[in-house]
Amino acid sequence: MRKEIDAFLTAIVVMGSLLVVGILIAIVTQVVVLGLPEISWEFLATEAAAGGKTGGILNSIVATLLITFIGILIAAPLGVGSAVYLEEYSTSNRLNGIITMSVETMAGIPSIVYGLFGLVFFVIMLGWGWSILAGGCTLALMALPLIMRTSQEAIRAVSNEYRENSMALGASREQTLFRLVLPAAFPGILSGIVLSVGRIAGETAAVLLTAGSALGIPRSLFDTARPLPVHLYILASEGISMSKAYGTALVLIVLVLVFNFCVYRLRKILS
Amino acid sequence: MKSADFDQLNHRGEGRFPPLLLNFRTISRKIASATFFFCALFVVATVLSIVVMLGVKAVPFLNRVGVWTFLTGTEWKPLRGHFGIAPMIAGTAYVTLGALILGGPLGLGVAVFLAELAPSRIKEILNPLIDLLAGIPSVVYGFYGITVIVPWIRRIFGGPGFSVLAASVVLGVMILPTIVNVAREAIAAVPDDYREGSLALGASRWQTIFGVVLPAARSGIIAAIILGLGRAFGETMAVVMVAGNMVAFPKSILEPTRTLTSNVVLEMGYATGDHQAALFATGFVLLLFILTLNLASHWLTKKGVS
Amino acid sequence: MSEEKIKIEVRNLNLFYGTFQALRDISLQIPEKRITAIIGPSGCGKSSFLRTLNRLHDLIPGAVVKGEVILDGRNIYTDSVDVVELRKRVGMVFQRPCAFPMSVYDNVAYGPRLHGVRRKRQLDEIVEKSLKMANLWEEVKDRLHERAQNLSGGQQQRLVIARVLAVNPEVILMDEPASALDPISTARLEELIIELKKNYTIVIVTHNLQQAARVSDYTAFLLNGELVEVGRTQEIFVNPKDKRTEDYITGRFG
Ligand SMILES: Nc1ncnc2c1ncn2[C@@H]1O[C@H](COP(=O)(O)OP(=O)(O)O)[C@@H](O)[C@H]1O
Ligand SMILES: [Mg+2]
Repeated sequence: MRKEIDAFLTAIVVMGSLLVVGILIAIVTQVVVLGLPEISWEFLATEAAAGGKTGGILNSIVATLLITFIGILIAAPLGVGSAVYLEEYSTSNRLNGIITMSVETMAGIPSIVYGLFGLVFFVIMLGWGWSILAGGCTLALMALPLIMRTSQEAIRAVSNEYRENSMALGASREQTLFRLVLPAAFPGILSGIVLSVGRIAGETAAVLLTAGSALGIPRSLFDTARPLPVHLYILASEGISMSKAYGTALVLIVLVLVFNFCVYRLRKILS
Repeated sequence: MKSADFDQLNHRGEGRFPPLLLNFRTISRKIASATFFFCALFVVATVLSIVVMLGVKAVPFLNRVGVWTFLTGTEWKPLRGHFGIAPMIAGTAYVTLGALILGGPLGLGVAVFLAELAPSRIKEILNPLIDLLAGIPSVVYGFYGITVIVPWIRRIFGGPGFSVLAASVVLGVMILPTIVNVAREAIAAVPDDYREGSLALGASRWQTIFGVVLPAARSGIIAAIILGLGRAFGETMAVVMVAGNMVAFPKSILEPTRTLTSNVVLEMGYATGDHQAALFATGFVLLLFILTLNLASHWLTKKGVS
Repeated sequence: MSEEKIKIEVRNLNLFYGTFQALRDISLQIPEKRITAIIGPSGCGKSSFLRTLNRLHDLIPGAVVKGEVILDGRNIYTDSVDVVELRKRVGMVFQRPCAFPMSVYDNVAYGPRLHGVRRKRQLDEIVEKSLKMANLWEEVKDRLHERAQNLSGGQQQRLVIARVLAVNPEVILMDEPASALDPISTARLEELIIELKKNYTIVIVTHNLQQAARVSDYTAFLLNGELVEVGRTQEIFVNPKDKRTEDYITGRFG
């Protein structure tokens, strides 16, 4: 009897796990199967027209690339820098605690709240208006905790023996950091950065509040724009064009798959 | 390797180095440490300014309208000056609860499977898939909800399809990765002695899991649920797309509803004056609630360690 | 020791980790181009002592050194000593072989690059010379650009020695350099150490008494942070003056 109960419970969790895999496969296949017919050179290389009913998604691709690039350009140095400070410089436990607590908090704040902050600060207070720049800066803040945490782990994983050996050769702390510790931690740091690229490229709510949703290829960093996720949201929720929506969703999913695959490979290299 | 600064003893010295070089070294060290310190401060400053900025927008409004009226008012008619968010609070509570009911047990089951039962080959496949689930953008979940879940609900149960149920299903899936990962780590952290001790007493595998492992991982599992709750609570796009967004207390799970987050993203585009302030106040309420949740899960994981 | 030229003279050296005193009033002389072995039971302060000789304790918060370490007539614990320069002159090989996660070549070139050598030709020369001196050249000359961590433990330890030699030190400190190696690698390492004596002053910590007897010219015996006895290796092993030294060497404790 006990045996049967055990087998039954095991079957339940196995089925649960299969269900989760099934859900993932269902979502991906739905988007791939219905999105693939939409994908053509024309779809990728022309701008949206008639509010997205016709034309392609070039403007949205450009907007996504720009916003994500700005976000990472700001978040990566800040995140890695603060990780270095915590792991290599800080001597005060109290300050460490405050910083760690802040990062944990940042990781839990919902994207809509980041959007509101970006709206007050970048869009209104700094007077940038709805813009690529405001969107990028907002996304940078969202990416910061993830980059910082992964960098911290990567730096911590570099054995202290390296540092001692390097110092014993007459290296200063900075030389040890830049020539030995950071290169050794690089794959880990990079995987965190790539992971957050995937995350912020798919972000919608925060971007909608800070970069707006206007069509057209942005001409400057102060232009408003409509990145892929926002485009998908508007196409689908306003029922403008489901087929274009599937095409957009497919491009987004592929982006995410590519980034996740990179992270997966990097982690493999690490271990 | 946090060091008492080992170069500082010789910053005045001549040694065999010309003084110029020494100064260069001292300066570059100062610049480096100041830069890294600045980065770390930036993080702290960001959190503070998020709270302060939203607070500055929200607090005067809340003072004028009254916090209690704002939270418990049942009328949301911004153009007529009625700012009550009780229906949205209810909507958020319903969909969050629904997500936990659907995603919680499933997530915990998968976590138990991954931590206790799965052979390593299966783990190697399943873990990246869970991470992938976490990587899919919320707008894609919402899109899947519109195109698949909502029509299903309409066909099976009738009604509009855009509903508390639809939002709960979508959110239930979205919180899975959080719950699975946090709970799995908590379960895996239970020392093997516990299991061996229980098995040695003749307990079966699942008796061990229920009797020893899960109780030992209790605080980590609760933290997993809390974090999943936080994720569902703060999610915006997926909910906006499938919940129907009607401002009303839903009478059944098949009726549409509007959450706090949806309210902000739906109306912020055109809100001005008090209306805008009311939306910022909504964000502020969200933020305070999330901060409380974080503190709770922080406290729980701390407790789990010691 | 009067006939030898003294490279390092340690005078009344005390070391504290916070309130714990790890070394007590140590005074001894380390002769030039000789091998001095430090022996003693584990935890007696051998590593701690070694690390006072290149000021590696500066890296440990709470570690305080009192006393003098005089290298070529100059106390290294004064304000005007450049720690970087000191560590170039006094190199160190640690207990566990630690190849940096980079190529064999870059490992050896790490030190010279730190100290400003940029020209490719010059670096090539230094790398080859150092690897040759460390008896490793023949084994790795065709794999200079492979990852150093693929080398065996014994090869890695010789690589570490080549890395130290590349910065052209005068003194080499070794902290139980063979403790993680197999017997054959250990034998090769001991050979190398004896060869290096021609050009370098060597201080080696070992818990292996036979090893101390085989390679060293002088031996110092530490116990509970105190220097019990120091002298020619032969005398220490054959004819120890102190009862505690005799007990230790005959294996009666420790
Ligand atoms: N960083 C440190 N902080 C505090 N105590 C230490 C530290 N390093 C070593 N000790 C203590 O100093 C004593 C001598 O240690 P060590 O020099 O490593 O001995 P040995 O190398 O002879 O085994 C030991 O009691 C050890 O616990
Ligand atoms: Mg030791």
